[in-house]
Amino acid sequence: MSESAETPALPKVRIATTSLAGCFGCHMSFLDIDERILDLMKIAEFDRSPITDIKHCSPCDIALIEGGVCNAENAHVLREMRANAKILVAIGACAINGGLPAMRNRLDVGDILNEVYRDLDGVQSHVPNDPELPLLFDKVYPVNEVVRVDYFIPGCPPSADAIWKYLNDLILGRMPRLDHSLLHYD
Amino acid sequence: MSGTETAIVVDEIPVPFKPGQTILEAALEAGVYIPHLCAHPEFAPHGSCKLCTVIVNGRNASACTLKAAAGQEIEVDTPDLHAYRRTLVQMLFVEGNHFCPGCEKSGNCQLQALAYDSEMMTPHFVEFYPHRPVDASHPDVLIDFNRCIQCELCVRASRDVDGKSIFALVGRGMASHIVVNSPSGKLGDTNFSVADKAAHVCPVGAILIKRVGYAVPIGERRYDLEAISEEASRCAGEEVR
Amino acid sequence: MSDTSEVVLQALERRRAEPTQLLQILREVQEELDWISPETTHSVAAGLGIPATQVESVVQFYSFLYEQPRGRYRILVSDNITDRMLGSLTLFEHMLKRLKLRRAEASADGAVSVDLTSCTGMCDQGPALLVNNRPVTRLTARRVDEICDLVRGDVPLAEWPADYFRVEDNIRRADALLGSRYEPGSGLRAAIALGRQGMLDEMKRSNLRGRGGAGFATAVKWESCRNAPGAERYIVCNADEGEPGTFKDRVLLTSFAERIFEGMAIAGFTVGAANGLLYLRGEYRYLLEPLEAKLESMRRDRRLGASICGAQGFDFDIEIHLGAGAYICGEESALIESLEGKPGKPRIRPPFPVTAGYLGKPTVVNNVETLVEATVVALQGGRIFAGHGTRHSAGTKILSVSGDCARPGIYEYPFGVRVEQVLKDCGAADVVAVQISGPSGICLTPDEFRRHIAFEDVPTAGAFMIFGKERDLFEVARNFTYFFAHESCGFCTPCRVGTTLMRDALDKIADGRGSRYEINELMRLAELLRRTSHCGLGQTAGNPVRDTWLKFRPAYERRLIRGDFDPAVDLDAALTRAREIAGRDDAGAHIGAEQ
Repeated sequence: MSESAETPALPKVRIATTSLAGCFGCHMSFLDIDERILDLMKIAEFDRSPITDIKHCSPCDIALIEGGVCNAENAHVLREMRANAKILVAIGACAINGGLPAMRNRLDVGDILNEVYRDLDGVQSHVPNDPELPLLFDKVYPVNEVVRVDYFIPGCPPSADAIWKYLNDLILGRMPRLDHSLLHYD
Repeated sequence: MSGTETAIVVDEIPVPFKPGQTILEAALEAGVYIPHLCAHPEFAPHGSCKLCTVIVNGRNASACTLKAAAGQEIEVDTPDLHAYRRTLVQMLFVEGNHFCPGCEKSGNCQLQALAYDSEMMTPHFVEFYPHRPVDASHPDVLIDFNRCIQCELCVRASRDVDGKSIFALVGRGMASHIVVNSPSGKLGDTNFSVADKAAHVCPVGAILIKRVGYAVPIGERRYDLEAISEEASRCAGEEVR
Repeated sequence: MSDTSEVVLQALERRRAEPTQLLQILREVQEELDWISPETTHSVAAGLGIPATQVESVVQFYSFLYEQPRGRYRILVSDNITDRMLGSLTLFEHMLKRLKLRRAEASADGAVSVDLTSCTGMCDQGPALLVNNRPVTRLTARRVDEICDLVRGDVPLAEWPADYFRVEDNIRRADALLGSRYEPGSGLRAAIALGRQGMLDEMKRSNLRGRGGAGFATAVKWESCRNAPGAERYIVCNADEGEPGTFKDRVLLTSFAERIFEGMAIAGFTVGAANGLLYLRGEYRYLLEPLEAKLESMRRDRRLGASICGAQGFDFDIEIHLGAGAYICGEESALIESLEGKPGKPRIRPPFPVTAGYLGKPTVVNNVETLVEATVVALQGGRIFAGHGTRHSAGTKILSVSGDCARPGIYEYPFGVRVEQVLKDCGAADVVAVQISGPSGICLTPDEFRRHIAFEDVPTAGAFMIFGKERDLFEVARNFTYFFAHESCGFCTPCRVGTTLMRDALDKIADGRGSRYEINELMRLAELLRRTSHCGLGQTAGNPVRDTWLKFRPAYERRLIRGDFDPAVDLDAALTRAREIAGRDDAGAHIGAEQ
């Protein structure tokens, strides 16, 4: 990212990230860019993200969304991110097609809740109804079925190199592309 | 023999052909890659996946079913065709349940390899998420219908090579699906064998041989190491040498 | 209830236990047993020596074969747009309610099921339904109530009022074909007098082109078949009139059957084929007995069988095969697959049927109307025939006129007739669109009504559906797209998945949740289907949406949401100057980002 680091006139690129119905694996992979994060911080700053612990998103340039949309809270967070981000990027298998969590999609969500809570021996006999808890959707949805998505970085997770390359392209205004060595779905 | 008599032109490259060869066969032999899924060198042309759609003298055609003939000028690598192929792959992805991270075939899967080749970043369309139960009844082979792309290679192999007709495609339109020919509909109730040709032709992870899935680690597999188009060109080159 | 194994055995025996008769066997068995049970599947498979999955593949492919019990009365309401325009959906819902049924599910007592089906070819006398493959026309709320009572009273179909089943020809305009007197056997004798080569020469002179829509030169087809290597040849009459809005073949099969059969025999004589097959769509099952009787009487008259009309070596006979609810079987190679007892999936072409058709033998597949025209050519000679119509479209064309007009029915015109002439003759006023040649054809608007019905201008298989000013062309396109998604055979990826994706996008728009995004997707899919599909079904499946988006765009636009687009202008910045002049800076002086 040295080319842009030498043009201090540009304001810092503001990046928000979140993990919805994901495993934070994509975030871990992002952190695997290791010391390159220092280069990134010269030209970028973080908005809402597990890295900053900021709870709500403010206007930003790029939002990275990990995970699919499995409950109401996911949808609220996603909409907030979409409303605030100029560019929204779905990152990882779960954000792109529901991934592992979506393997529940062939099951009835009521059956799942009953199986998990109601049928427990003695301990608990009802499905939790606390309004604080977000309700599950009938299915786990890919991000692009809930909001408009501008870019997708596949992978489970995408490698740090793939994320790095993609972010570089986005920040520098190039059409982002991953060549064969960086493009993986697994 | 003069060049024009026995050659077609593929993306401005002269490609020789033998009588009876399809455009796809001639092109592959010459190291000119045309994407394809349902075509297999050991089986008669099928023409259902439509990934090998090319333009022959201005008209659309399936390279796997159309015989090569002198005078054919063929376009393969155009932006339009490239986009069509990617869309067709996306259609196959959303039609089934293709979760690559959880699939033993990942890295060896032709559908995935073609998706890489066409730079598919997303399946794009709204997912159908069909309900297709897995059949693990056979001691040596697993069938995961979630990944079936209806190329009918297993149908053809079992019927034409193994002489068993264990698989059939039934239904119409989006209800089309593969079934197993046994009273229970389970593979375990057939005389299917891991030695059958049909156990080895599935281009995706629908028919899997048990207990060998992770012999080669993810990341070191066939299409991890080399793009499917590059592999095809390299193999043709090695054969010539 | 008859004994399953007995019924299966009899059907197998009638059909010589040949696997190529599988579809016919299943159809006959179902007529007696009401559905194809797993037991039936297995005994048919065993009787034919084929895998049970092969039987399943046929049962699951054809809409009129049932793997689940569907009742003793199986009612299918025709769901063409012309039926809908006559109120079919309301009647359908009413019937479900009265019988306390859910769509396509048999009643608890196993008596009845009600479902929708693709166009049944009764557009000029709809709304229509099929009950156990027998058509009931001119439905009204009262007639539906009566039917519900008959069903609940368990009254056998034979005792239902005959008027229900009355099907009219409604020939409104007759020309060279429908208006000519025809003496039975005259076409055959004329062909015999001309000789095989002479008849072919007359066909060439006639410039007769196929009436199924594609307009391929009939003489070229016949000659290619005659010249193809092989000892046995077949003549196939394509009476799978499935294009929604078409019903002219039904009239020909009803009142001109002898001429169809003579046309087939003439074709057989000319190309050297001794076997004819007529593929009758399942919706016209009620015509089977009259057609069989006609064949029998023609055999008695020596107009079929050995040495026809006394001509040595002119042997020809005809077998009728029935379809079972699959539009795709109108495609000639799919039709041949179906004749061979298989699911009707279009073959790879080439080779074409003229060299490798039924059972791999050289085969001519002609439309019903084409074969009747062959008798006209035999009688008049090619030159006179070619004198009618236009330069590139010789002869006359029969149109099936339906929709918003005073006199729906059959109209025969010399080729070249203007659309506006037809509209005038059938009493259509305030027309906003005419759909020519069915969903796979073209949608014309008033500025195009001076165009001509002809292969060189507006080609058609015969359907002519008229839409008046009250009609919503978005819903027309949606009905047609549903049709294609339902009828796609599923063989190739683009058509199998693409027709369903298009259907879903239209549903989203109909639901008020669509945006420009869906429109872009629809156009992209239509183009993909046109370019990459295996056969004409997929290649034309996007036509209705593409045509109506071009010509009836507001019908879509008024359903689209305002949101999900990014303004090209920064609206708030565009207010800056006015804010300065007015000296305002309150909230109302700003336009916030869209939520």
